[in-house]
Amino acid sequence: MADAHKLEIFRGLIKFKSNTQKIWGVLILLSIITAVEVVLGIYKPSWGTNVVLGMKLLNWIFIILTIVKAYYITWDFMHMRDELPGLRRAVVWTGIFLICYLVFILLQEGGYVFDVYDKGFIKRDF
Amino acid sequence: MNTTVATTDTEGKTWGGGNQPLKASYGKMMMWFFIVSDALTFSGFLAAYGFSRFKFIDAWPIADEVFTHVPFFHGNYPMIYVAFMTFVLIMSSVTMVLAVDAGHHLNKKKVTWYMFLTIIGGLIFVGSQAWEWNTFIKGDFGAVQTKGGNILQFGENVTVDGEQTFKRLAIADFATAAPTDRVEHERKNGLWFVGEGTLPAYQVSDIVKGMEANPNVLVRTQIINEEGEKTILTREQSLKQIKENGKLVVQGANLQVNEYGSPLFADFFFFITGFHGFHVFSGVVLNIIIFFNVVLGTYDRRKNYEMVEKVGLYWHFVDLVWVFVFTFFYLV
Repeated sequence: MADAHKLEIFRGLIKFKSNTQKIWGVLILLSIITAVEVVLGIYKPSWGTNVVLGMKLLNWIFIILTIVKAYYITWDFMHMRDELPGLRRAVVWTGIFLICYLVFILLQEGGYVFDVYDKGFIKRDF
Repeated sequence: MNTTVATTDTEGKTWGGGNQPLKASYGKMMMWFFIVSDALTFSGFLAAYGFSRFKFIDAWPIADEVFTHVPFFHGNYPMIYVAFMTFVLIMSSVTMVLAVDAGHHLNKKKVTWYMFLTIIGGLIFVGSQAWEWNTFIKGDFGAVQTKGGNILQFGENVTVDGEQTFKRLAIADFATAAPTDRVEHERKNGLWFVGEGTLPAYQVSDIVKGMEANPNVLVRTQIINEEGEKTILTREQSLKQIKENGKLVVQGANLQVNEYGSPLFADFFFFITGFHGFHVFSGVVLNIIIFFNVVLGTYDRRKNYEMVEKVGLYWHFVDLVWVFVFTFFYLV
């Protein structure tokens, strides 16, 4: 498998000459993403507090960038890009489906409990 | 790359074993499935954190105000140190994947070197986390917990560059500890199995005296206002809150109290970063074992470095989890 690495990222937009080169390329990408996250996290620009689809714009950016990072760690560092589709789907789809399900249920419930505290008859501001 | 797989006479027989429909060895595939289950464990923790946060969405601590320290530097540097930790972990992921790559070329010297760097990176990360815990447990400003378990913090309005801002005050800045009659209960003086921790240096009555003596001191509650900042009470409300509801002086954070806000924040912080730190620690131990195998030439003789690839998968997974912990604890 040493010679079977797929050396393209961004759907072929960037092609690397060797596997080692690809690793450094991905490191640069991940570092840029982390730097952007940290800078946005420190300065918190005022446009970021606008609510888009029920969440602050800045939080959407953070979560999307995190998923992008997770993709490159899995695909290039863990060599998911080089595995067969069967193995890839067994791992990724299972995980994503169960995690989305769990997150949806727990966050929905958390929001409901907040509403009960907020508008119900339970007092906690003493 | 099937040099390690024992090719016995089962080859060619569909049900005789030795088939690899996914073109991955047994060990590698099981490492992937372990990672799936571990990912679900972590997402369970993070989703539970999200649950508690949504439950107290209007009063959750702001991470930027909690993690503001950098070792050897004084001052307010939110995020910088965690960013450094994230970078260290990504870097050690890179050296790990370079070790795997060198293993594919059966280059023992390079594998040894990159494994060594990976271990160093892991140790730096665990050390940083220990430091972060220590800072969090010690706390910095101190606060008062109310009867209802809410946190009241202190500060004053100051004018910096013509703009009025709220500057946090530590309890020691305005209050003086008065001697009290309350003696710490020790085991030797009562029931031998009942003891208590060190009593806080300050009583709520000391805080009240300190506030009365310093008319600039104001109270800040946990409630987040429309601008996304914590609510600051007026002078009269501040005194009233402390006098009527103040119950306990809190310094730092532990599993029971948390000077930064909801105790759940501290609980989840300890549990999730602790569980992740435990993963990093065991990853370092596995890496050290594999490192010695590489040095001793075990994989060189096998003509196969797949073991490095398998611990590599685990190590990258630890990095992957940190990426999410970083986002949901420090950024969002």
